Amino acid sequence: MLIARVIGNVVASQKNQRYEGTRSMLCRQITPEGEDMDYTCIALDSVGAGEGEVVIIAQEGWSASTAATGKPGAAIDSAIVGIVDYIDLL
Amino acid sequence: MQIARVIGTVVSTVKNGTLEGRKFLIVQTLDADLKDKGKPMVALDAVGAGVGELVFWCRGKEASFPFKRDETPTDCTIVGIIDSEDHVRNINSKN
Repeated sequence: MLIARVIGNVVASQKNQRYEGTRSMLCRQITPEGEDMDYTCIALDSVGAGEGEVVIIAQEGWSASTAATGKPGAAIDSAIVGIVDYIDLL
Repeated sequence: MQIARVIGTVVSTVKNGTLEGRKFLIVQTLDADLKDKGKPMVALDAVGAGVGELVFWCRGKEASFPFKRDETPTDCTIVGIIDSEDHVRNINSKN
């Protein structure tokens, strides 16, 4: 799983049926120290994350589909599964 | 599976319901010579690992199997704690 900051969202009126009722958030990966990295992705929200929040993203089909829609088998590969309160590093 | 060092913890109060009671740790993946490889990432703990410990983790859908029958969404789970660095035997070691 990766740590990311929610940097926005995308609106798609026409989308796969299984995406109905979901929120597609635009996320940028960050280091545990909080610095931006190059990787960005769209992840479906399962926790009510908002813009600017630091989140945990699971990037695996079954997990993402189950977390975001409650059922496996949807064409979803990334889901926000947690909002980070804080990170303690060694 | 990959060897990694647990280098931190992530505290998350608001999370997917199926992750209630689970522990997020930050792991730095290591190569066979126990040198850092790639960037740190978040792993779910299935064995009671702690910060500073040498562990190995599993990726993919299989990462959720330790938590069956819960449908736990994870792509990276710590599935073993390595006893010590001396317990990693590598005949091609450069050290």
